[in-house]
Amino acid sequence: MIADDDEKWLAAATAAVKQNAFYMQRAIDSNNLKDALKFSAQMLGELRTSKLSPHKYYELYIRASDELRSLEMFFRDETARGCSIAELYELVQHAGNILPRLYLLCTIGSVYIKSKDVAAKDILKDLVEMCRAVQHPLRGLFLRSYLAQVTRDKLPSIGSELEGDTETHMDALEFVLQNFTEMNKLWVRMQHQGPTREKEKREKERNELRDLVGKNLHILGQLEGVDLVVYRDTVLPRILEQVVNCKDELAQCYLMDCIIQVFPDDFHLQTLDVLLGACPQLQPSVDIKTVLSGLMERLSNYAASSVEALPNFLQVDAFSKLNHAIGKVVEAQVDLPASSSVTLYLFLLKFTLHVHSDRLDYVDQVLGSCVSQLSATGKLCDDKASKQIVAFLSAPLEKFNDVVTILKLTNYPRVMEYLDHDTNKAMAIIIIQSILKNDTRIATADEVDALFELIKGLIKDFDGLTDNDEIDEEDFQEEQNSVARLVHFLYNDDPEEMPKIIFRIRKHILTGGPKRLPLTIPPLVFSALKLIRRMRGGDENPFGDDTSTPQKILQLLTETVEVLADASASELALRLYLQCAQAANDCELETVAYEFFTKAYLLYEEEISDSKAQVTALRLIIGTLQRMRVFNVENRDILTHKATGYSAKLLKKPDQCRAVYECAHLYWAEEGENLKDGERVVLCLKRAQKIADAVQKMANASRGASSTGSVSLYVELLNKYLYFLEKGNPQVTGETIQSLAELIRSETKKAESGAGTFITSTLRYMEFQRQQEDGGMSEKYQKIKMEWFE
Amino acid sequence: MNYLLGAFKPACNISITFSDGKNRKQVPMKKENGQTALVPLFQSQETLSGKVCVEPYQGKKVEHNGVKVELLGQIEMYFDRGNFYDFTSLVRELDVPGDIYDRKTYPFEFPTVEMPYETYNGVNVRLRYVLKLTVTRGYAGSIVEYQEFMVRNYAPPPPINNSIKMEVGIEDCLHIEFEYNKSKYHLKDVILGKIYFLLVRIKMKNMDLEIRRRESTGAGANTHVETETLGKFELMDGTPVRGESIPVRLFLAPYDLTPTHRNINNKFSVKYYLNLVLVDEEDRRYFKQQEITLYRLKEDASS
Repeated sequence: MIADDDEKWLAAATAAVKQNAFYMQRAIDSNNLKDALKFSAQMLGELRTSKLSPHKYYELYIRASDELRSLEMFFRDETARGCSIAELYELVQHAGNILPRLYLLCTIGSVYIKSKDVAAKDILKDLVEMCRAVQHPLRGLFLRSYLAQVTRDKLPSIGSELEGDTETHMDALEFVLQNFTEMNKLWVRMQHQGPTREKEKREKERNELRDLVGKNLHILGQLEGVDLVVYRDTVLPRILEQVVNCKDELAQCYLMDCIIQVFPDDFHLQTLDVLLGACPQLQPSVDIKTVLSGLMERLSNYAASSVEALPNFLQVDAFSKLNHAIGKVVEAQVDLPASSSVTLYLFLLKFTLHVHSDRLDYVDQVLGSCVSQLSATGKLCDDKASKQIVAFLSAPLEKFNDVVTILKLTNYPRVMEYLDHDTNKAMAIIIIQSILKNDTRIATADEVDALFELIKGLIKDFDGLTDNDEIDEEDFQEEQNSVARLVHFLYNDDPEEMPKIIFRIRKHILTGGPKRLPLTIPPLVFSALKLIRRMRGGDENPFGDDTSTPQKILQLLTETVEVLADASASELALRLYLQCAQAANDCELETVAYEFFTKAYLLYEEEISDSKAQVTALRLIIGTLQRMRVFNVENRDILTHKATGYSAKLLKKPDQCRAVYECAHLYWAEEGENLKDGERVVLCLKRAQKIADAVQKMANASRGASSTGSVSLYVELLNKYLYFLEKGNPQVTGETIQSLAELIRSETKKAESGAGTFITSTLRYMEFQRQQEDGGMSEKYQKIKMEWFE
Repeated sequence: MNYLLGAFKPACNISITFSDGKNRKQVPMKKENGQTALVPLFQSQETLSGKVCVEPYQGKKVEHNGVKVELLGQIEMYFDRGNFYDFTSLVRELDVPGDIYDRKTYPFEFPTVEMPYETYNGVNVRLRYVLKLTVTRGYAGSIVEYQEFMVRNYAPPPPINNSIKMEVGIEDCLHIEFEYNKSKYHLKDVILGKIYFLLVRIKMKNMDLEIRRRESTGAGANTHVETETLGKFELMDGTPVRGESIPVRLFLAPYDLTPTHRNINNKFSVKYYLNLVLVDEEDRRYFKQQEITLYRLKEDASS
């Protein structure tokens, strides 16, 4: 309804403006000064309306001010025809209504200045003074806006034809400043007029008008005489005085931003303390964060764009000024939300990174300031603030691309402490990802400490936060995988430092609790084993340092894996024990290796009860043991015997059979002559065959002749025999193989089909070997006499 | 017909011309019928000289008992219509009784005539100067011809011309202080001043400055006072805040003003006032009236 009326009034006013403009134009065309003035005044009289909203008033204003352009031309022509401009200047002031009178005065005034008949200063001063008469905020704003517009190209600025000396510059400056001040007053006053319930609406309307006020600052920014000295001594203090004194939130916020955006960067740099000094004086409700952020962002870009500006930054000590100012603001605005203060520090940090990328201490200082601010608020539960902190902490990462640098920042972890658990973890992952992406090496033990301090959110559970089941298992795996990957980046070629690193990693990882350990210990173990191998490869430890002998490290690993065993990850622990045993083997450390095996066996006996797991574990044990070289006969016998014993005790017969024939390998090592006990090999195989027989029997009993399960066992056995035959085990005789083959044949016939391919391939292989020409191998195979071959 | 017409026509054609009529400044003057005519302008202490030309119509003679020219200064009150009061009356006898057959020219001169009052044309009163030529005839009535002229007297700038300064207000509502730069202005002057707002508790629509003329005629119980607003000049739009000062600049030239006349021949006075009017949003008016003195400054030859 109101909008409709608005529309109607605008239409009526526009029509009146058009009509009067038409008559004015006609008077102009016939050089009738008196009528031209009369109709122009009538036209401008339409601007006296109070009915229009600012938006609609603007439209009307634009229309009227457009029409005034032809009047301005007419005035110029009149003076060219010899009409005294001073008289014209008086004549327009005869208008009875103030608003048309002043619009006309501004119009003729601009012509007057251009004519250079009079000092521009006098006219400017007169105009800006006379405009005081319009105290109605909206009408006053537009009038002064018109004044600014018509005088704009008459001010001594770059490219204007009115070049002047310093004094004229100052006059122009004074003029613009004064107009600005008055406009701002009117603008602010708008807020306080009219009913309170329309406060919001007014605020919105005012916001639409803000550029009218801001335009003055733009003009100031383009005035030629405004150099650094003038800016520092006159322009800025005057503007700030107005900004501070107006005590209006909207105006302060907008104008501060205007100042920052309009004037050149180096001005800001040189007047930083003045500008910053104004900030704490602003209204508490002013969004100072945005203001300062804008400033710092601009300075950052400035620093980034021009290298030669950097010395200036140092010279004025921009950093500490900004830091100080932010401290002041934070201090002054007690109820500043944490997110805002963090944003402030974020921009300061960005600024610091741009300008003082070499000054880590500054960066740390910013972090420190942030910490002390956060310490007042405590842990953050506010989403927005957390996000800001993540951005805050990510900024140095992005800048340096090097976590090692970050680790030097003592306050970095302190800031992280204020994050809630989830965000902390997210931040830790960001850090790890940075390491992974940039292939950063963390090469000293201290850095490792620092790093783990940072990512401790991933490493251990937080106090008071029992792992609730809400944690997504997949995410958890993902996190811990990152940690695991990270471990491999903690690396130093120096054999003295690396053990220390290992020790530190261990210390941190062990705090992880049963859920994490299975995921984090393996990389640690492998990293340590890698070191051990390298130590073995290189010289013996030249320093004789106790902590870094392979024994020591292996000792450490024993303890580490033990933890894992306790954490009911026995299968994994077993594997790691075996890995360690192998490393010990490589280092010729018999007792240690034996120790590992003992532990592995114990685990097997006590912890691994699942039969499938037993099979797998046993295979690993056998495989590892088979490769061990350090053991003396006695130890080896014990271990081998034990392993064979386990094999025979497996639950399923086929598993037993397979384990037992695998055990045969334990008596037959590739190298080392003392480890070739052909007799016991065959013994094992025989035992396996017996088991296979039993299986076969059972199969026949339970399912008739259809089962072929055990036939494959026989074939496997046959292959084992062949293997040992090839290896030259004297105890493996042709007869044995022959009889086994016969057995297989008879069983296959019974079964008709089944493991056919396996048998066929085996037989074909045997045939092939028999026909080899080179002697050695075929000779061995000649011993086997089989009907099948005939 | 011609004869008949001739009988009702005046017997002669009379014209009065000033000796410097070609060069003398002419100013417009409103006549009784509402039209304006240009009349010569004089000031006090000037010599009025010229010629009177009496030209009988062809073939006629004018018999007369004498020809005289008078310079009259008259005040006419409209409510007392037809009653002129001559405050100045000078007579020059131009001819002794006799007959005029032919065109006859009489020079006349009133040297350094004292004309203390200006011509004035007000609402209720008129002050005028006139040259009256009378050809006295016994029968058929005298032949009378008038020539009006205007008198304006110039004053030097007053030696003392204080500003007008005053603080006025309504308690706890509005306090202002206004200042006009002078108390005496000439007719083409400009009033400069300032209005300071010391306290503003009302919402104002606008502020105007009115120029008012107060013409009082008669004396005693018969005094007639007529007040006219000659001009309304808007000074301010909207409500100012405390501490604001609003400039005043009012050019007097466009208004139809006369000098202030005080007690002209005990018949009338014309006084001028500046009336400062504040209008609030409920259209209530707050005003303060101040008298100013207007005088006529000798204009430059150029203007």
